[in-house]
Amino acid sequence: MNDAAKPAPKAAMIEIQGVSKWFGEFQALKNVSLSVAKGEKIVVCGPSGSGKSTMIRLINRLERHESGRIMVDGIEVADDVKAIEAIRREVGMVFQSFNLFPHLTVLENLMLAPVWVRKAPRKEAEESARQLLARVRIPEQADKYPGQLSGGQQQRVAIARALAMRPKVMLFDEPTSALDPEMIKEVLDVMVELAQEGMTMVVVTHEMGFARTVADCIVFMDQGEIVETGAPKDFFAAPKTDRAKLFLSQILGH
Amino acid sequence: MSAVLRRSPGLPGPLEWARSNLFSSVPNALLTLLSLYLLWKYVPPFVSWALLDAVWQAPSSKACREAAGAGACWAFIGEKHRFILFGTYPFEEHWRPGVSILLFLALYAVSAMRRFWTPWLGLVWLAGLTLIGMLMWGGVFGLRYVENERWGGLVLTLLLATFGIAFAFPLSIALALGRRSEMPVVRAACVVYIELIRGVPLISMLFMASVMMPLFLPSGVTVDKLLRAQSALILFAAAYLAEVVRGGLQAIPRGQYEAAEALGLSFAKRTALVILPQALKISIPPLVNTFIGLFKDTSLVVIIGLFDLLLALKTALNEPAWTGIGVEAYLFASLVYFVFCYAMSQYSQRLERDLARGPVARALKDT
Repeated sequence: MNDAAKPAPKAAMIEIQGVSKWFGEFQALKNVSLSVAKGEKIVVCGPSGSGKSTMIRLINRLERHESGRIMVDGIEVADDVKAIEAIRREVGMVFQSFNLFPHLTVLENLMLAPVWVRKAPRKEAEESARQLLARVRIPEQADKYPGQLSGGQQQRVAIARALAMRPKVMLFDEPTSALDPEMIKEVLDVMVELAQEGMTMVVVTHEMGFARTVADCIVFMDQGEIVETGAPKDFFAAPKTDRAKLFLSQILGH
Repeated sequence: MSAVLRRSPGLPGPLEWARSNLFSSVPNALLTLLSLYLLWKYVPPFVSWALLDAVWQAPSSKACREAAGAGACWAFIGEKHRFILFGTYPFEEHWRPGVSILLFLALYAVSAMRRFWTPWLGLVWLAGLTLIGMLMWGGVFGLRYVENERWGGLVLTLLLATFGIAFAFPLSIALALGRRSEMPVVRAACVVYIELIRGVPLISMLFMASVMMPLFLPSGVTVDKLLRAQSALILFAAAYLAEVVRGGLQAIPRGQYEAAEALGLSFAKRTALVILPQALKISIPPLVNTFIGLFKDTSLVVIIGLFDLLLALKTALNEPAWTGIGVEAYLFASLVYFVFCYAMSQYSQRLERDLARGPVARALKDT
């Protein structure tokens, strides 16, 4: 069953309760429940088509759930546009394909939301944008356009862009899947640092090394269900279900 | 140094160039010879007709024809240029439409320069158009009032085209966004509008505007003929432009919408800051295509009796003193239209080249 949500001592930052989602006839999520505490790092893994991306895209309403209930920092994710925008201000997201705005420079990409959504003064926004670029170790790329950067650099800009809104939660949707192997580490390093600073994170990834170092909890999904959750050391050493065993043997076996 | 090194091996001399480009094969050589023959046969006679044997000054077509013999009779244009430029506008006030034409040209020139692309440009246009309106109508600052039935010629053509584009373009963006809206009523309304207008010839729109619309207005209310024709042009062009803009919107990857949403940008800000700047850049070639079409379509207002460039010309030709100068007159009109349309086309090509070097093309290629 899906009483996977472990008892949260602190107030839950994200609370997903009995959520289902259909794409036409296809049920992408089946009665999924998950609770993410403040400061917690969750790694979601599972075979492709298992619903992991769909689940995190429900959290900031990029997809709409048909049943169940999702709360983010005390606000319900529902049809109310104002509430959705309020949630999106608190929840940063990093995509597989970066999705930087190609017509704006790196600096403008970072300043766009703070200036237009948070109404930050331009000067202040620029200053914190430059600080963020230093934090993701590409301060010298500020005035370039995204198309001039490598994939790894673009993804770090994307992380900085999400952080520019000073979110309480960061969602990562396969952030390294579109990268060349030699660029994966530079992105993961930034994510590890972020985790160490105490950010609440939900990360969909197949990078099991990252999961081992950072995750408080691994969520394994298959066919739209959360099959298994557990601490990384338990999950990797002794997966409880056959499906998790099979999955781990497939991704770790070579 | 030896002579061999002076020319880079990649740059052929004129003879080699001709051999590889003009005479590379038998069919190619035949085509080259045919083209040369046609050029030799038609260009020199045209030059001597249009320039060498032409007459530039004469009091009437008869005198002109006698003087010119086989040459062109440009004296007609010289004699009638004020009528062609300004229509039936009172003769002694011709400086007013004259200045208006210059103002239009200045507005075009300023708008063409990308460093002026700031919100101020909107104000400059507002000021410019207000000034043009004041000049044309008069009635203020001691200027004589001239009702717009007397406006005509080139200035009317520019007026119809400029206002046509200036209003149709924003309207088309709204329609394109509406057609992609998730609200069924908005979407349906936009689809019906676009399909209905696109399915009707512009001429019938102009007729409707000039003949039918007054029937539906309460008696006593009259909307001026120029305004009605202008509205018809705007509504017509907007439907076409909307589809062009929609094409641009569709080319924007879904990830751009999602990234903007995930940052908490509202619909209006997503659209204005992220989506439209990219969509309009890719739409430049078809947009300018439609603008050029609209510029030339303004000539259709003759059918409801507005005195645009072409009708002014035709009217001048009807004068007994100047009969039989049609070829020269219409060549001149074509030249005027060509100059404006070619300028638009050249400008859009330059803009495309500039932007192709810029970020959008590169990044879209990447994703």
